[in-house]
Amino acid sequence: MARPFRETLKTKDFIVTAEVGPQKGTDTSKLIEHIDLLKDKVDALNATDNQGSVMRYPSVGACMLIKERGGEPILQVTCRDRNRLAIQADLLLAYSRGIDNVLCLTGDSIDVGDHPEAKPVFDLDSVQLIHLVHNLNSGRDMAGNELEGKTDFCIGTTGTPSADPIEPQLIKFKKKLKAGVSFVQTQAVYDLDQLKRFVEFARKIDDKVRILAGIVPVISARMAEYMNENVPGVFVPQWIIDELAKTPKKGRIKKGIEIAAGLIRQIKEEGICDGVHIMFIGREERIPEILEAAGLL
Amino acid sequence: MVVAERKPFDEIWAMLEGYERVLVVGCGTCVTICWAGGEKEVGLLAAQLRLTASREGRKLDVREAVVERQCEREMVEELRDAVEEVDAILSMGCGAGVQMVAEVFEEKPVFPALNTTFIGAPEREGVWVERCAACGDCMLYWTGGICPVIRCAKGLLNGPCGGTRRGGKCEIDPEKDCAWVLIYQRLKKQGRLDLMERYYEPKNYRAVKRPGRIVAMR
Ligand code: SF4
Ligand code: SF4
Repeated sequence: MARPFRETLKTKDFIVTAEVGPQKGTDTSKLIEHIDLLKDKVDALNATDNQGSVMRYPSVGACMLIKERGGEPILQVTCRDRNRLAIQADLLLAYSRGIDNVLCLTGDSIDVGDHPEAKPVFDLDSVQLIHLVHNLNSGRDMAGNELEGKTDFCIGTTGTPSADPIEPQLIKFKKKLKAGVSFVQTQAVYDLDQLKRFVEFARKIDDKVRILAGIVPVISARMAEYMNENVPGVFVPQWIIDELAKTPKKGRIKKGIEIAAGLIRQIKEEGICDGVHIMFIGREERIPEILEAAGLL
Repeated sequence: MVVAERKPFDEIWAMLEGYERVLVVGCGTCVTICWAGGEKEVGLLAAQLRLTASREGRKLDVREAVVERQCEREMVEELRDAVEEVDAILSMGCGAGVQMVAEVFEEKPVFPALNTTFIGAPEREGVWVERCAACGDCMLYWTGGICPVIRCAKGLLNGPCGGTRRGGKCEIDPEKDCAWVLIYQRLKKQGRLDLMERYYEPKNYRAVKRPGRIVAMR
């Protein structure tokens, strides 16, 4: 059995989480493979919630599998697809099945996914969602009704250290911290000075919150340029693009993994924040290589 | 004002299949201002209908009329004589206008020639932008007079999502400003960033019990 994440947050110096992306469809074999490969190598595994607004096997289903396989799941919940009733109901289901870590997110826009004609919900925003989980933890639903059996979720959220402009993002982030979270998993970050400033800002508001830097390996100069153009809040610096550009095609994934591992080492050695959250969706099987190169295995 | 757009001609043409005498009715208010259903647009659509009919050898008598406000019963009543002579009405009013015409002349089929899109304002000549979702619980006083309910693509009430693009554009469209960046800038100008730091509760979507109905006391 994995150690409860809330314990890890309290005791471990350098925390490592990773993300698994559920498949589109009912065949869970690959997902299980990824879970089995990673569950004992990281402190907890996030399961994404219709990531990229693409309809998939649900995060709560993937979390149940993580639990069954003996891992420690973090349930990602976005505000995009469910109204307040549906979100609360899903949280009750998750908790009743032993899933007690939740990551509160806004969610990508419907437009970027594979059902762009769907009605976007956003009945709540991520700050309100954090408040909602606290409500359930206190034994009441959002309407103030008493629950037959309350929840006890360990609550986390996201942050964007590289947003431009950063000020409006920081105001929102401050509200999330004030709403009460135990951990933060940031958006992908490559510029560690930006990360430092972000952590400093957070510490002033809440000196106990554990901050895990988002690590996404970049595996080609094209991908880096694409991310800089199209993935909001992410900025891949020129030195990474140059490194990848001069690497022969065959060695690029390795190079990307190396760079990611280098960032992780630096974060750990300099104590910039409390850990890392590794996102390598579609290439989950290579996450152990990153861990190994970063000296985390 | 209500902003609308003309439907594609083929869709309108398909609605009119089987009818021989049609009255095209414009509206002199919002849709005149947004170049969608005023006198000029009525004339253009009527001409295109006649032209297409004659090209296809189809018998179609197209009449034209404009009322000042199609959403008002008394003004729509003025059409009664003209309506008697046709077997279908093509309304170039907004959705409220079309429904008023349909309600006044219940025995006649009434078709919409426009797609009603939003409550908005002109940004510059020929460009209109959405400004209000008629949520029934206006919060513009917290947000520097910029509506987060409709100008934020996700309707977020407590600040921007992580999707804001470099330079303050919205995740869904680099042509559109992120509403929360605009709100930030305006409140900063006013020295009121404290308003942005407040926590706003989830919206009450029953502020207007849909369908909305207001009884005024005078
Ligand atoms: S807050 Fe509501 S009423 Fe006010 S402008 Fe926005 S949608 Fe309209
Ligand atoms: S980028 Fe700004 S306007 Fe667009 S959805 Fe996010 S917060 Fe709303």
